[in-house]
Amino acid sequence: MTLLSLGNLSVRLRGRPILSNVTLNVGAGEFVGLIGPNGAGKTTLMRAALGLLPHDGESSLAALPPEARGRRAAWMPQARDIAWPVSVETLVALGRTPHLGGWQGLRATDRAHVDRALATMGLEGLRHRTATRLSGGEQAMALIARALAQDTPLLMADEPIAGLDPANQIATMAVFARLAHEGRAVIASLHDLGLAARHCTRLILLGEGGIAADGPPERVLTPDNLARIFHVTAHYATTPQGPVFQPLEVIE
Amino acid sequence: MRPLAPALAALVAALFLASLVTGPAEIGAGEGLRALVSGGEGPIPLVMREIRLPRAILGLMIGASLGLSGAAMQGYLRNPLAEPGLIGVSGSAALGAVLAIHTGLAATFTLALPLAALAGAGAGVLLILMLAGPRGGSITLILAGIAISALAGALTSLVLNLSPNPYAASEIVFWMMGSLADRSMTHVWLALPFMLGGGAALLGLGRGLDALTLGEDAAEAMGLRLARLRLTLVLGTAAMVGAAVAVAGAIGFVGLVVPHLLRPLVGARPSRLLWASGLGGAAMLLAADIAVRLILPERDLKLGVLTAIVGAPLFLHLIYKTRGAQA
Repeated sequence: MTLLSLGNLSVRLRGRPILSNVTLNVGAGEFVGLIGPNGAGKTTLMRAALGLLPHDGESSLAALPPEARGRRAAWMPQARDIAWPVSVETLVALGRTPHLGGWQGLRATDRAHVDRALATMGLEGLRHRTATRLSGGEQAMALIARALAQDTPLLMADEPIAGLDPANQIATMAVFARLAHEGRAVIASLHDLGLAARHCTRLILLGEGGIAADGPPERVLTPDNLARIFHVTAHYATTPQGPVFQPLEVIE
Repeated sequence: MRPLAPALAALVAALFLASLVTGPAEIGAGEGLRALVSGGEGPIPLVMREIRLPRAILGLMIGASLGLSGAAMQGYLRNPLAEPGLIGVSGSAALGAVLAIHTGLAATFTLALPLAALAGAGAGVLLILMLAGPRGGSITLILAGIAISALAGALTSLVLNLSPNPYAASEIVFWMMGSLADRSMTHVWLALPFMLGGGAALLGLGRGLDALTLGEDAAEAMGLRLARLRLTLVLGTAAMVGAAVAVAGAIGFVGLVVPHLLRPLVGARPSRLLWASGLGGAAMLLAADIAVRLILPERDLKLGVLTAIVGAPLFLHLIYKTRGAQA
């Protein structure tokens, strides 16, 4: 089942073309790593796909009315905004917003989703703590839990693992991989290509104003693509513990 | 959190009754309240129904308006320093009233001054909607509000500058300090529809303001219609604050301090803060209006002066406490 479909999506910001003619489909069961150098348009692509940026071309999500879109896709922006000193539980419960109607409060099913999201991210111990007083990494985990509580078929996250410790990075990637395995889809922009190679089912490499490569990790992280888009050399090996990827040197 | 609503409501009810039995006329509390309910002939029912009742009702309504719109504005801008006057409506409403006093229009009929203030507020709203546009961000709204406030303030100064005699100038200055003295039920009926309409609009924003805790991008992706929320916020705030300024003059600090004071008691949730601040604002303004009648009964201490004198140190104390918590 296709959860996101982009057709000839182009974005211009302040008259400058950022992306042109991006066409892609993301189906259930995929964990897509969106990779590319700084400024390649990873954030722009996801925001345009959600209809948060003016764009040309089609996006199946942007075409939906806002309320319906909120039930189809969750979005975790890169900026970790927590404006008020609310409890972690309250913060995570905000993810239920698209599912509530009118003046309705949280129902038992909503609370169950919040509990599950907290458990998935290992945040039960922080449930009643004030979110703004947590460390940056803990705040990021709470915001991921908020996106999980939205319980959507598609989850889009902008650099979700930046600033997390190695254990939390791996745990978060495993959570995303499991969501995909359960029949959902995840699109996450990533800079850690090693983690991307190990956990993602598919990588989309952005560069030169569009999609430079798209496919399984071993077909995207080729020496040629890395040299052309990232200007680095790298070591890629398939080991008994899974794929290992390590960038080595900058190509002058 | 549960006991907060009944506690605040009880406080407002007690202060409302206290406001009814406070005043220069020597009327016993029981006697006055009986006369208020049963009516009849004589000076006591007259004082209670024509002077004290409108004053207490206006205190309740205006305090609730300032508290509620302050909480909504802080929630939308995600900034605890925001206040309802920020969008320039208080300034433009005051300008309308000042022009009415200056031109002598205010003396022609009772409602001339409040109607002129409402017209000023309406002009201010139109201007801010034109400047900030339907798709602008919160920064545009703040900047447009600052510009309109500055312009209205400058024009108000110009009117004072050109006032024909010191009496006209002092009338303007005293009006701008804000007061609930000598208001009638006509003022209540004039302000009520604006405040009820604005209040209903702002109370409906709770869920959207909660979602904005996560930032505009995340809130929009959760289905929030940001442009619609902003329009509702501006119109609701303008209706409530414009009507408040029209009948009572400029009363500062209530919309700033009350949400700040109550935020910890509602778990910092913007939606709960809306009604809590409405009740809290009503309580604060009723208390302040009782205080101006008790502290200097013969000198007509202005309500806006008292709220600023009490509000500013309270605010400093809150800042001091916040600083301690952050260190």
